[in-house]
Amino acid sequence: MIPANSQQKKISGSHGSQAVVSVVGLTKRFGERLAVDNISFAIQRGRCVGFLGPNGAGKTTCINMLLGLVEKSAGEIRIFDLEAPRFHREIKARIGVVPQADSLDPDLSVQENLRTYAGYFRIPRRIARTRVEELLHFFALHNRRDEIIEHLSGGQRRRLLLARALLNEPELLILDEPTIGLDPQARHLIWERLAILQAQGTTMLLTSHYLDEVSRLSQQVLILDHGQVVVQGEPRQLITDMVGLEVFEVDGTAAELDALAASFRQCNATQERVGDKLYVYAREDCSHLVKVLGEAGSWVRRPANLEDLFIQLTGRSLRES
Amino acid sequence: MNGFSFWTIWLRNGRVWKKHILATLIGNLGQPLLFLLAMGYGLGRDMAQVDGLTYLQFIAPGLVASAVMYSAALETTYGSYTRLTVQKTYEAILMTPLGVVDLVLGEIVWGASKGVLSGVIMLLALPLFGVIPSLWVVALLPVLFLSGMFFSACGLIMTALAKNYDFFNYFTSLVITPLFLFSGIFFPVQTMAPPVRGFLEMLPLTPIVSLARILCYGRFGEPILLKILGSLLATGCAVWLAGYLLRRRLIQ
Repeated sequence: MIPANSQQKKISGSHGSQAVVSVVGLTKRFGERLAVDNISFAIQRGRCVGFLGPNGAGKTTCINMLLGLVEKSAGEIRIFDLEAPRFHREIKARIGVVPQADSLDPDLSVQENLRTYAGYFRIPRRIARTRVEELLHFFALHNRRDEIIEHLSGGQRRRLLLARALLNEPELLILDEPTIGLDPQARHLIWERLAILQAQGTTMLLTSHYLDEVSRLSQQVLILDHGQVVVQGEPRQLITDMVGLEVFEVDGTAAELDALAASFRQCNATQERVGDKLYVYAREDCSHLVKVLGEAGSWVRRPANLEDLFIQLTGRSLRES
Repeated sequence: MNGFSFWTIWLRNGRVWKKHILATLIGNLGQPLLFLLAMGYGLGRDMAQVDGLTYLQFIAPGLVASAVMYSAALETTYGSYTRLTVQKTYEAILMTPLGVVDLVLGEIVWGASKGVLSGVIMLLALPLFGVIPSLWVVALLPVLFLSGMFFSACGLIMTALAKNYDFFNYFTSLVITPLFLFSGIFFPVQTMAPPVRGFLEMLPLTPIVSLARILCYGRFGEPILLKILGSLLATGCAVWLAGYLLRRRLIQ
């Protein structure tokens, strides 16, 4: 299967105001702890929304509420314009989920895993058979169809989880850390397949700690922290607005960095000192200051990215909840 | 239409079971067959008749009932707990249109089916020991299925409460083994002192053992309706409780 560019244009031209998921005031309390605190967001048809946040920010709880695995304490969830959890059976028939933890049936072969799962969706056997074939080819697993799950590599298992999530031809695909622990080859293969699905109009909700992955796939991001939405919007726009255009990372002694920091005040930029490192987030073209840097030890100049935004909004301290 | 969705879970379990068919059958049937051999054939040869039956004939139907209990209870403890935790099968299933009710019914009916299969194999083995059941034995099959449902539900209740596999030791040592020994398989409950008899007759396996003996030989001495109604009620309660507890465990 090859991505169809014409189709891509058609989709991107038509994402009007049709929300596949719309969540208002969603809240979850576990005893005293507020895991999700009054969250609202919408996912438009055909778009990929990246759900970001440090560990314990409430991402998984939020997704589990969409799926009915966690009961909401308050708020409203509508998926495909159906109220959840009231219409969960109908809703889940149209959702595909790639869970973070491997939940394949270890005793069954690749093919049997898919056919069994198709059974849960009551997909007629004959249709399931052709769909399983297509998906095995799409994810380059057709040579492993009779292999027992134990004998598959991490990348093959992830691809199989993805194939399983697509059996019911979902309108909404929920991806929870879809490439966690994979080597670069395996990750790229998955990204490529996800791009094809996007081009075909599949709406996606993605959580990942790999921010390059999120930048690559998402047209919209939503950063959560302490159960609340810190910011949401189009990633490039958010980065430009909140971080800047480019970033200089400089290593040096305290004295050197002090001198540099003074020079950079001539330019519209924010600065941050972390240990013996200086970060300069330039909001305008600071090229004229590059000659000052030339004298410093080692430095890099790179475009501002999602990681900068993420760190800026959620801080540098470790979250080990 | 959705009422039979649990069937797909039954099929899934069946598909996995086919891969380990020999190990599970030996695991489930070894014990009752060995008891039949040691107690019935070994010990029973020199014993007086019980209730007009040889000791081997006396214990055979009860051992059939016990095979159902063991198969069903072990399936929904060790088997279901593995699916709940290690394999995350339940999590995967709940991401499809199936819900907790389908899951609970699928698991319990599956456990009961495995139980009945063990019971049927035991019944088929009885002629090898010289025990020939009457035609009434066909009516025993739904009774065994009911008992399988009850013990599957009990096992699933334990699974919903378990924090680890060791937890099931309480269940087997404190529930299943005592039931095996004191439900009238090895001695007639009717001849015990009234308070003891009353207590033993309240145990969930006792009416099933009696019904098994009645239907195996077609000897209708005791009333059977109360035993059936009591078992139905107990099974209904156990299935409901298993559903309630598993839902509490799966949906936060």
